[in-house]
Amino acid sequence: MPDRTYDVIVVGAGHAGCEAALAAARMGASTLLLTMNLDLVAQMPCNPSIGGPGKGHLVREIDALGGEMGRNTDRTFIQIRMLNLSKGPAVRALRAQADKRLYSLSMKHTLEHTPNLDCVQGTTERLLVKDDRIAGVVTQLGRAYAGRTVILTTGTFLAGRILSGESSYDAGRAGEFSSVGLSGCLRGLGFELGRLQTNTPPRVDARTVDYALTQPQTGCESPLYFGHGTEVDPLIIDGVAWLNPVFPVTQQTQWRPQLPCYLVQTNELTHQVVRQHLDRSPIATGAVAGAGPRYCPSIEEKILRFPDKRSHQVFLEPEGFATSEVYVQGFFTSLPEDVQLAMLRTIPALATARIIRPGYAIEYDFVPPVQTSATLETRRIAGLFLAGQINGTSGYEEAAAQGLLAGINAARQVQGRPAVILGRDQAYMGVLVDDIVTKDISEPYRMLTARAEYRLLLRHDNADVRLSPLGHELGLVSATRHAKVEDKCQSTQSELARLERTWISPTVAATVLQGAAPDELRNGVNALQLLRRPEVDYNQVALLAPPPESLPPEVSEHIAIEAKYQGYIDKQREEVERQARLERWQLPPDWDYGRVLGLRAEALEKLLRFRPATVGQASRIYGVNPADISLLLVHLRRTGR
Amino acid sequence: MLSLDDTISAISTPVGDGGIGIVRLSGPQSEAILRRLCRPVRLGRRRPFESHRMFYGHVFDPESAEVIDEVLAVLMRAPTTYTREDVAEIHCHGSIVALNRVLALTLRCGARLAQPGEFTLRAFVNGRIDLAQAEAVLDLIRAKTDAGQRLAMRQLQGALSEHAAEIRSQLITALAHVEASLDFPDDEIPSLDIASALHEVEAQLGRLIEGASKGMVYRNGLRVAIVGRPNVGKSSLLNALLRTDRAIVTHLPGTTRDTLEEMLNLRGVPLVLVDTAGIASSAGLVESLGIERSCRELETADLVILVLDGSQVLQSEDFRIASLIGNKAAIVVVNKMDIPLMAEHERILPELSHICLSALTGVGLNELEEAILAVVFAGGAISSDPLLVSNPRHVDALRRTLDHVSSAAALQSSGAVASIRCDCEDILAFSLRAAVTALGEITGETVGEDVLDAVFAEFCIGK
Repeated sequence: MPDRTYDVIVVGAGHAGCEAALAAARMGASTLLLTMNLDLVAQMPCNPSIGGPGKGHLVREIDALGGEMGRNTDRTFIQIRMLNLSKGPAVRALRAQADKRLYSLSMKHTLEHTPNLDCVQGTTERLLVKDDRIAGVVTQLGRAYAGRTVILTTGTFLAGRILSGESSYDAGRAGEFSSVGLSGCLRGLGFELGRLQTNTPPRVDARTVDYALTQPQTGCESPLYFGHGTEVDPLIIDGVAWLNPVFPVTQQTQWRPQLPCYLVQTNELTHQVVRQHLDRSPIATGAVAGAGPRYCPSIEEKILRFPDKRSHQVFLEPEGFATSEVYVQGFFTSLPEDVQLAMLRTIPALATARIIRPGYAIEYDFVPPVQTSATLETRRIAGLFLAGQINGTSGYEEAAAQGLLAGINAARQVQGRPAVILGRDQAYMGVLVDDIVTKDISEPYRMLTARAEYRLLLRHDNADVRLSPLGHELGLVSATRHAKVEDKCQSTQSELARLERTWISPTVAATVLQGAAPDELRNGVNALQLLRRPEVDYNQVALLAPPPESLPPEVSEHIAIEAKYQGYIDKQREEVERQARLERWQLPPDWDYGRVLGLRAEALEKLLRFRPATVGQASRIYGVNPADISLLLVHLRRTGR
Repeated sequence: MLSLDDTISAISTPVGDGGIGIVRLSGPQSEAILRRLCRPVRLGRRRPFESHRMFYGHVFDPESAEVIDEVLAVLMRAPTTYTREDVAEIHCHGSIVALNRVLALTLRCGARLAQPGEFTLRAFVNGRIDLAQAEAVLDLIRAKTDAGQRLAMRQLQGALSEHAAEIRSQLITALAHVEASLDFPDDEIPSLDIASALHEVEAQLGRLIEGASKGMVYRNGLRVAIVGRPNVGKSSLLNALLRTDRAIVTHLPGTTRDTLEEMLNLRGVPLVLVDTAGIASSAGLVESLGIERSCRELETADLVILVLDGSQVLQSEDFRIASLIGNKAAIVVVNKMDIPLMAEHERILPELSHICLSALTGVGLNELEEAILAVVFAGGAISSDPLLVSNPRHVDALRRTLDHVSSAAALQSSGAVASIRCDCEDILAFSLRAAVTALGEITGETVGEDVLDAVFAEFCIGK
């Protein structure tokens, strides 16, 4: 028998597992991180990028709450950009190209230097359960570990099967074993399992690309980071010496060495090759079980579904500073290797390309999260938490967000503290968890800004304001960082008030208004009103009405957005307020919905299946309408809940 | 979406009941809305809007300053009210049209139209009423939502739904373009002239609202024409229907002395009963004018009740009138069953349901009511008037949709923004979403997965 009992055991060291283990350990829980292969922690088996709309928001939030993904990316990226710069502050998002090896190495370094955290190599074979409560895990070699809580972050490993053309074999990722025992164990415990599919493109040798026929995309000229105001030391101090000279860089950015990505296009020849070999694609023939993601369809699906589109974009993305592997973004495929090569070579820049790793499709088991509550704990087994792809999501960022929350809630449970559930008005992380526990998953779930109904409140620039106080309270955000956020809130409030008090004459205002002042400004305005005009930015206003001391750019940005968007932000806050009482109204977990007279059969079935934690959650379940909610409220009230 | 924290408003008296109708508000905005709409007169030494005191005044439209109705109004501050929230009541003296306009004004000032039973629901949730009453709430919600929903569905299969669905799909297309460009900035999203698309939608919404507010097509119930040759008992049937306990409502004078309109609330379904002059071929000039009108009524009716005299053998006039019905939704009533049946009524319109009754004794009236509801819910009686917007809820929803579309369009076309840089597609998406949400109150759809479905159906997303 095991000699000690861990507070938290994390199974799997991908993006969910690493965040879960770090959060639990940092909150003081004795934590074990178990992984099949310690050389492969925080792997990026698919694209080498982190961030983008929705996903980048998640990374900012992870950082604000005290997670690791943002800082780890900052230490190791080969390129970073701000997307949607001209589409409005709510949808601005960072995206970085990571160095895959450095990312993993840097994360491993952090794990190994975190107190309370043991990292051990071992394949978890089954779960120890006593009286519907988790008790620990047993590895393939028969070693038992006792744990008060267990977090499963199995990624694509649960009964994973790789498909490429006519061949298929069991694997968790290319070159790694799948986890078959655990899948069976979960079924044995009574969990319902589903199957999903995803796919990855080939990698080509950087030395076989003709860069003259590509369009380079370079990183940002000025410093950008996911992390909030922490000084980051790039892992590559002397980066330039590391840069693989095969990648042409026309002009290196001053603040940090970066590598470009290179854009190319498919053409009619490429599409012909795909069409000729559709019968060899398990995705096109339906040999793959489970639904694939609509937002990164395989090249064969793109050509089948959009026959009129004459060419598709393909991005060639270096997988790191030093490596010669190039990720062929947009070229997801399950076609066999010989066809992949023929397809690639129809693109002029890749006419002599050589494949280093072929692309493939992979199908895997997941545990549909109707069985999980918003704390990410399963309803069936107390103390068992699930995070990442096992919950039917896709993406490193989505996994990391859930890992962080699961780690927090496992530690809180062990410490006898109440669970943390984030609201949809509070964070993309809240939207993510609420979505997966109230909706049926029909494809791997990816975060999109379109999923957030309070998008104007959940911005890149205010992630710290939204989440760092909580992170500090949880013990994940340092006092120094917390004080900085408080300063930011304070300066924002006082500066907005100061601007409102400061009067600006029409003649002065006209200097920044590009032309005559409109009628409403004829009598002069206060500085806040001036700032709200679309053509005016904060720096112009600060010149006309200088603040007592100049503000750091991240604060002035926050002020400008709060001022310009105030009307819309207020509207969204009102919407949040309208729902507040229902969101807070708890539904007992063992509630007998059958006794709520008048519920329609569909609503009854859905409520029993999803077991919402609050009335607010219940109202978002597809098939439950407002009349059903009214009946529920009356019944709750009648029984004194 | 249901909420317990906003302000709700509704006409709280049965449709068309008596000469007085009450618009009731409950929630935090009640007082503010009352103060905006209602101007007290002749207060004497009383302070305006004193709690629990009735005062006399006028309701006016805050935008046009037009006086809508003279009213008695009362503000009741929480917690000693029916719902334990701030409650305001406006007792209107005018017609059903005025009552509807007052309701529409409260909605424009920020109230939300209450769902059936919602005041009672709040009273209960806030601990104001007891268990026995709660059962009644359950019944109310169950019954009304069933009938209401089915009726709404029927109405939706008419032209309004087609219009709304068409507008919705244009908005979803625009929204899908914006969302795709926000969430997939590196993908190739074909451009769409959103400004013109929005102006087109604005024009369509404007036409629908204009039609409604001019009252051209503003109606409060399904028109039921009672036809038949003279002396078959049309008027007594009308009176018999109105005499039933939940029945009568207003005595609206008919447009001519030959037709008489009565409003009837049949288990929540508002009906306008039209008693037509008898249609007989051998008529004098004055009567034939009336007959012409009767024929016109028959044409505009949503449902026709053909009354036959069961105590007499069928006459050629009966057949002629039956032929005027054409393929309209109709019910055949065989009256005077209290005396021996002589008519072989099965020979007339045998495909329709025939109800035998006695308007005098009331026997068979229930069956007639059932038959009317059956026709209504089967959808046969809904008018196909292309611009029919009969419901204040719909008018209100259309108006809010238009507001949001206009602000979205303003972002697109305002010179200041366009000449610099839009910088606000997130706001554009916000306004478009608000528009689709408001329109969804008519179509019953919420904004959700369908926007993403549209994104993935229309664009090849690949990065």
